[in-house]
Amino acid sequence: MSFLYEKSLSEIRSQLLAKELTVTEVVEACLKRIEETEPSIQALISVQAEEALEQARAMDEAGPDASKPLWGVPLTVKDLLCTKGTKTTCGSKILENFEPFYDAFAIAKLKEAGAVLLGKTNMDEFAMGSSTESSAYKATKNPWDLNKVPGGSSGGSAASVTASQVFGTLGTDTGGSIRQPASLCGCVGLKPTYGRVSRRGMVAYGSSLDQIGPMTRSVEDNARMLQVIAGHDEKDSTSVDVPVDNYLAALHREDLKGLKVGLPKEFWAEGLDAEVESACRTAVAKLEELGAELVEVELPHSSYAIATYYIIAMAEASSNLARFDGVRYGYRSDNAEDLLDIYVKSRSEGFGDEVQRRIMLGTYVLSSGYYDAYYKKAAQVRRLIREDYLKALEKCDVLVGPASPVTAWKVGEFTSDPLKMYLLDIYTISLNLAGLPGLSLPVGLGADSNMPVGLQLLGKEFDEATLYGVASLLEKNTEKLGAPAGL
Amino acid sequence: MSITPERVAQIAKLARLELDDEKQRLFAGQFEDILSYMDTLNGLDTAGTEPLYSPVEQPTPLREDKVEKRFAREDIVSNAPETDGQFFIVPKIV
Repeated sequence: MSFLYEKSLSEIRSQLLAKELTVTEVVEACLKRIEETEPSIQALISVQAEEALEQARAMDEAGPDASKPLWGVPLTVKDLLCTKGTKTTCGSKILENFEPFYDAFAIAKLKEAGAVLLGKTNMDEFAMGSSTESSAYKATKNPWDLNKVPGGSSGGSAASVTASQVFGTLGTDTGGSIRQPASLCGCVGLKPTYGRVSRRGMVAYGSSLDQIGPMTRSVEDNARMLQVIAGHDEKDSTSVDVPVDNYLAALHREDLKGLKVGLPKEFWAEGLDAEVESACRTAVAKLEELGAELVEVELPHSSYAIATYYIIAMAEASSNLARFDGVRYGYRSDNAEDLLDIYVKSRSEGFGDEVQRRIMLGTYVLSSGYYDAYYKKAAQVRRLIREDYLKALEKCDVLVGPASPVTAWKVGEFTSDPLKMYLLDIYTISLNLAGLPGLSLPVGLGADSNMPVGLQLLGKEFDEATLYGVASLLEKNTEKLGAPAGL
Repeated sequence: MSITPERVAQIAKLARLELDDEKQRLFAGQFEDILSYMDTLNGLDTAGTEPLYSPVEQPTPLREDKVEKRFAREDIVSNAPETDGQFFIVPKIV
């Protein structure tokens, strides 16, 4: 028997519009599910139960609105997206009491589409991390095994949707923070092309890298959410005015004949766990069986991606986080006596270790005498990495590889060794440097760990439609993972 | 490259942070590892390569240079740790 909360976003939407279910029933089912699962997975920083129920009752009274693509659908969103009148903490003590007076562009779009926001998801503080252990509030657990991490930094979002607390969620991806937790938790996560979704109203970490994207339990659900949040925003100078494709129409591929799939040899090399490689190779064989032509390609500057990424991301973070000064918003230390003291003590008491580490490394690489050696050098290598991708994508339509070299690891396993943790982002990071879209799709459970494995599909600029088409067909031809074993 | 706890304290000062001795020592070791790893970029010849600072190389759109009132004052100060409703309050400077 299928419980209401286990249905897909698309199914729930249809049933709501057909009046087979009321919004109140759906919201209540999700709140009950949150109550049952939250003590074990700790995916949420806040729950807006009363507001959601009130909204649900009003919607039921007004009746279904088919013009709203997410009418009545409960969602969660990562707690770094500004939500009017609801706290936005960014997983940090420094924003513990921050209540924005405006909605982020993506949030406004979800609301216009009729979505009901149930809660804000846990995350690595300021999106800095790969395991959702660096939140100032709690460490989220993987719904497949509560002793393991959900990935990061959108680990709360991945756990929330995988545990069926809601039908979809929003994450953000600066170096893989949507695709990597999607892979570790077994859901579908898409990082759109840089510029596809407005960044207005998200708390910035690495401004030239960050993108907001949907995380869902199916490809179709993902496409529905991107359709709502994609589009140009004239108030965001990084938003690009390119027409938005019809993502739902792109889902109806019958085969992959004529499609060239590139296998970057650097993604299938040493360092990849055997069980991850095996699950991903099986999925690639399926793509070939469905008619795709496999092509081997090279991304010769891949080995420089992690160093390049961390220099650029930390430099941008040190600049972006300079705004937290204890004066205009956020935490202010009680122990400060003068203005400089307010800055120093508020930041030292308000930011956690990982954030302090990255701000300081960013300050260092931007400082006089080191700028050329680090920041400028990294920006030059970034161009070479992007050119590699563009060249590879001239030979094929999409690239495929694993999203993460390993399945989910144990809680606490890498917390004392930040460099080791940074190296785990090897397959996701370069795409953010290049600004291209990427989607992680669950393709099975690891033979040894019994934990989800994600295959990553990487595409051309603004060609999310092709990613959805290929992913949807592969999803239909891949055995479902089933309910998460840890719950 | 050698990163000493004293060097870490200098960087912290630039970043408007204050670290205790234990954290300075911890970060010194970690920074040395991380920066050594970043130094791998020096093995690559990038002479003549134009830096890429953003994947979107579009011109920054500018609006007309006209004063606009986008937000109300009470909204802007609403999240300040200390305010009189009109201004942000900080300790006396002079």
